[in-house]
Amino acid sequence: MSETDNLETDAAKGIELTLYVAGQTPKSVAAIRNLERLCAESPGLALQVKVIDLKENPRLAREHNIVAIPTLVRKLPAPVQKIIGDLSDTEKVLVHLQLGDAS
Amino acid sequence: MNNGIEKAPTGIEGFDEITEGGLPRGRPSLVCGSAGCGKTLFATSFLVNGARAGEPGLFVTFEERPPDITANVESLGFALDQLVADGLFQFEHVAFDPTDLEEVGDYDLEGLFLRLELAVEEIGAKRIVLDTIESLFSAFENQAILRAEIRRLFDWLKEKGLTAVITGERGDGSLTRQGLEEYVSDCVVLLDHRVHNQVSTRRLRIVKYRGTAHGTNEYPFLIGHDGFSVLPVSSLGLTHQVFDERISSGIPDLDEMLAGGGFHRGSSILLSGVAGSGKSSMAMCFAAEACRRGEKALYLSFEEAPEQTVRNMRSIGIDLQPCIDTGLLHCVAARPTFYSLEMHLAIILREVARWQPSLVILDPISAFLDSGESLEVQSMLLRVVDYLKTHGITGVFTHLTHEQGQTKTDAGLSSLMDAWLLLLNREINGEFNRELYLLKARGISHSNQVREFVMSEAGINLLAPYLGENGALTGSARRFEEARVRRRETERRANAAALQQQVQQRRRRAEAQIAALRADLEADEAELRRLMGAEEDFQRTASADLAEMAASRRT
Repeated sequence: MSETDNLETDAAKGIELTLYVAGQTPKSVAAIRNLERLCAESPGLALQVKVIDLKENPRLAREHNIVAIPTLVRKLPAPVQKIIGDLSDTEKVLVHLQLGDAS
Repeated sequence: MNNGIEKAPTGIEGFDEITEGGLPRGRPSLVCGSAGCGKTLFATSFLVNGARAGEPGLFVTFEERPPDITANVESLGFALDQLVADGLFQFEHVAFDPTDLEEVGDYDLEGLFLRLELAVEEIGAKRIVLDTIESLFSAFENQAILRAEIRRLFDWLKEKGLTAVITGERGDGSLTRQGLEEYVSDCVVLLDHRVHNQVSTRRLRIVKYRGTAHGTNEYPFLIGHDGFSVLPVSSLGLTHQVFDERISSGIPDLDEMLAGGGFHRGSSILLSGVAGSGKSSMAMCFAAEACRRGEKALYLSFEEAPEQTVRNMRSIGIDLQPCIDTGLLHCVAARPTFYSLEMHLAIILREVARWQPSLVILDPISAFLDSGESLEVQSMLLRVVDYLKTHGITGVFTHLTHEQGQTKTDAGLSSLMDAWLLLLNREINGEFNRELYLLKARGISHSNQVREFVMSEAGINLLAPYLGENGALTGSARRFEEARVRRRETERRANAAALQQQVQQRRRRAEAQIAALRADLEADEAELRRLMGAEEDFQRTASADLAEMAASRRT
């Protein structure tokens, strides 16, 4: 599962999310699933989601300064926001991405 | 010793000695201490020295930025940029940005592991430093996850066979704030920074080192111009070399006082005396003599600047400048209050170790008594003495006493010394005269006399003892006594001559008398002879007359 832009979005509002995972660990798999669920539950959001498997490209961990896995980074809109964990609480994720009132 | 654990030398002066080889190879070691006590420098030294020895090192910094670290250690002669270019050193900066990091659900630190693994593989690292891993605790909230991950990290380090140094901040009542010591079971080094009497001292202690013998004391350490050096001052025994060789003191007269000439090489010689009794000058004679023999000498001055000593010694006809110029004499000057005792000791031992002299002068050791307690001073000097002896270095110590002829030193050092010269400066009849005597000289029979010693342009001379009726005399008293004796001698000679003349006269008179008596006797005898002749003539005449008369009667 590498750099998959498999989540359909409107791509209008330009919310760029990058999820960093490391292989098929339970936490990584759970995070991907939870993020998919979040996208599915919030169709109004223009989410651009990219998943990066650091196991395949560890250099990006250094370049993007990733320590914890999984990490979800909101690159746009600025400022950069980071959420770590398996994103099991989608409500909380939305709050922290400040997407709750953006929609 | 113990061969059970393979060790990786840190290249830190002294540290490898107390640990008998360095840090445990292939295992993590914890270096903890409070802020500013040199943890990062220790770790950097460990990596740099490893890199220089061909073991690539990875520096994982969680706090300082790599350019800052590079700049910080540059002054210590660590050219990190060059090592990085050579592929022997690498930084991995794990920064935690101040942006809101939210935790939602379960996570691990696989990202960190991936980065470390990548970096280790890139340069083929054998050594790794994590400085300081405790930053993770402020970056992440879930302590349970964090602790599990740190434990995994340590296991990972071991699995990779990396010799690791993990730094940790000192906590209250525990070695590290986050209890990192519970993860590191092999080696824990504690760095400390204490201020006593306004003098700060850095100390290092090996709290634990599993499976190996190690020094357990606190060792002072130094962060100097050339990096981190630990001073294994306590790890000294009494197993020193013993020399039969004699070395000259540079004062021929003094050598003569010792049967066999001079002191034993490697002995400790104490010169004690009051102010101005010539201690330093005499000590420098030892140094000048050592340089003349082509040996190296180290002069540690605690009161005078080296330049001043050189100038002063010229006044007694000894020029030390050539010795300094040729590199045979090395002078180090430091005020006793400049460092703590341990630090002084550390510096002394380091200088000795670096310089490798055959003679060391400490001038004066009494200066330390002002900066510390006498017990500490004694233990410090004991270590110096032991160290010098262990290395077969002759030690000359001067000691300023306040009482004349004091046969004990404040520092209780007398029993440590092999030879003790007492220098006196006595006032007699309005003048000061320098005297010297050998209080003891182990293993050498020596003169018991108090010798007057004179410092002049021609150097130091000891005058032969003058033992008059009133004991030994010095200075003008000695000269006066000598003159008096000379006068008395002349007088005595004059008297004897006069007496001789008298006798001769008397003899002449007696002889004259004898001659006169003999003349009288001869005169008497002549008279007697005359009388006898007259008597004979008379008798003859008388008998002739009688015969004539008889003849006439018959007719």
